[in-house]
Amino acid sequence: MTASSLKSRGSWTNALFVAPYLFVYLCLLIYPLIAGMGLSLFKADLFGGGTFVGFENFARLFRDEVFLQSVANTFYFVALTVPPLTVLPLFLALLLNRTTRVAAFFRGVFFSSSVLSVTIVTLVWRMILMSEGGLASNITALFGAEAIAFLSDPKIVMISMAIITVWWCLGLPMMLYLSALQQVPKDIYEAAELDNASWWRTLWSITLPSVSRTIILVAIFECVLQFQLFGQPQLITQGGPNGASRPIVLFIFEIGFRRWDVGYAAAASQILFAIILIATLVQYFVTTRRSRSEALAQPKVRGNA
Amino acid sequence: MGGRVSGIEISHVTKAYGATPVLDGVTLSIADNEFVAFLGPSGCGKTTLLRLIAGLEEVDAGEIHINGRRVDQLAPGARGVAMVFQNYALYPHMTVADNLAFGLKNVGVGKAEIETRIAEAARILEIGDYLHRKPGELSGGQKQRVAIGRAIVKKPDLFLFDEPLSNLDAALRMRTRLELAQLRRRLKATMILVTHDQVEAMTLADRIVVMKDRKIQQVGTPMEIYTRPANVFVAGFVGSPPMNILKVELDTAGPVAMAKLAGGVFKTGVVSAGLPASSDWRIGLRPENVHIAGSGDGLAATVEFVERLGERTLVYTKLADGTAVTAEDAGTSKVKMGDPVGLRMDAEAAHLFDGEGVGYHAPEVEG
Repeated sequence: MTASSLKSRGSWTNALFVAPYLFVYLCLLIYPLIAGMGLSLFKADLFGGGTFVGFENFARLFRDEVFLQSVANTFYFVALTVPPLTVLPLFLALLLNRTTRVAAFFRGVFFSSSVLSVTIVTLVWRMILMSEGGLASNITALFGAEAIAFLSDPKIVMISMAIITVWWCLGLPMMLYLSALQQVPKDIYEAAELDNASWWRTLWSITLPSVSRTIILVAIFECVLQFQLFGQPQLITQGGPNGASRPIVLFIFEIGFRRWDVGYAAAASQILFAIILIATLVQYFVTTRRSRSEALAQPKVRGNA
Repeated sequence: MGGRVSGIEISHVTKAYGATPVLDGVTLSIADNEFVAFLGPSGCGKTTLLRLIAGLEEVDAGEIHINGRRVDQLAPGARGVAMVFQNYALYPHMTVADNLAFGLKNVGVGKAEIETRIAEAARILEIGDYLHRKPGELSGGQKQRVAIGRAIVKKPDLFLFDEPLSNLDAALRMRTRLELAQLRRRLKATMILVTHDQVEAMTLADRIVVMKDRKIQQVGTPMEIYTRPANVFVAGFVGSPPMNILKVELDTAGPVAMAKLAGGVFKTGVVSAGLPASSDWRIGLRPENVHIAGSGDGLAATVEFVERLGERTLVYTKLADGTAVTAEDAGTSKVKMGDPVGLRMDAEAAHLFDGEGVGYHAPEVEG
């Protein structure tokens, strides 16, 4: 056997190592994605068949006020949740990044909400927020105030969803930040101490730049996750009142599995996919622009030196 | 307080981590502009002592004064010290220039002054070409220079070096050692170097502080440490290969002590008068004071291993009772493993150690 034939055989046999993953990836991700794209061009129901309608489903979506409201709701929800879910866990991690028992206890406390299922989370928060007999209304009643309509006021309901979500999702980013913080070498902090850096200066000039990659990761990760809001409004408000808490995924679910209009639902899914993709890319390029421009400036400086 | 007191005063410093004691009543004076090396094996407390001076650890008891000012209760940044860390500890996201400027900005040094100091440090350390690079783009030796530069720009009262050469390869270590010696001459500052490498300590320091088991064993110039070790630990730790230590019977009837070994009686240079009564004497002889002679001449031994170093040959032998003795022979030595040889000793150069391990030496020769 010649060396070249060995080499060529080697190149395709190597692919066998990734074949099981590739098979599952193609079947469960790429095929449904492409099938969904195809389906969005048909007027179809769950019983198969369907008529090719081109981009009619998309045109319908842009005329559909319920859909447009769900898009607006989703953006509003992402704007409400992603900043706190990026910043709050960082501060928690900074506070709890120490070896005391109290810190370990609170790390457990803050992470514990993340292991709960959406059903339990919504059940608990329903009991807190419902207008009649809820914990929040009982507390306001103690002060003689009127109960706040957390779940039935269209102006407040999405904020309530955001509070529930932030409470539920804090744990994982906090853990990501903790692991990032623990990878910062201790002697850098000691050097900063000898360099007379104040607490604030150390945070700003040493800690934050050291975990900047994790901050970007958390922001993108939360963005992708929160665009897919579904369980909380589905289980607490069913999208109400008056569609004020209906996000895109709930709209897709209602169209696809209540009205059986799967072609239309598939078209809405494509739009959600595009929104998440664009939002993620924009975020990625904005947050990494500075480091890229620094990297580009580097050879120039070196050339001058 | 009266006039300005120069130098470092460490008095009765004690430190423990929980139930584990690390330093036990350490007292030491370092003169202004002196270069002192803390030398000792791992776990002897040398790095802890350095970190206590820097303020990165708190003393449990005792005091530390720098130029007459008590510093052991001050924050690290307020002590007027700069430290070069073992792993450099450069800020990875800052350029070299920003690394150097960081500490100066924090204490409000003006921009023009910062630039002047960086330019000066860059000139001394030859790091001008990569002031705009980040630490990740530098080699180990370059990072080391930047770390030293970060210390220099602060113009501290005291420089602390924590094993600064241990991460460099052998060739670079030797070059950096030379550069450190030159730098020291140029800066004329008080410096403390922590090292477990005796060559670094011997070549760089004015005085060496040998430490073991939480305590200072000896403080002295490199040659004092080498020629007049205070105890059996210092004798064995400083010098490569280590000093031969053999059990002997001592006859102190004459003016100088006579050591009785299996191969005969040897006249040492140690004056009998000052020696305490002890039944457990040991004699210490450096390999360069033990020579290979023909079989039947001197102490009978068998060659176990031969190390040819070019200019000299180290011969590892064993006596009849199993005691290991290292001898030195000429570079052209013909001895082979398994050869029976005789060991001739320059007993006049011998050191004696009593049952407590305390060392006694021949009187120093004047002139």
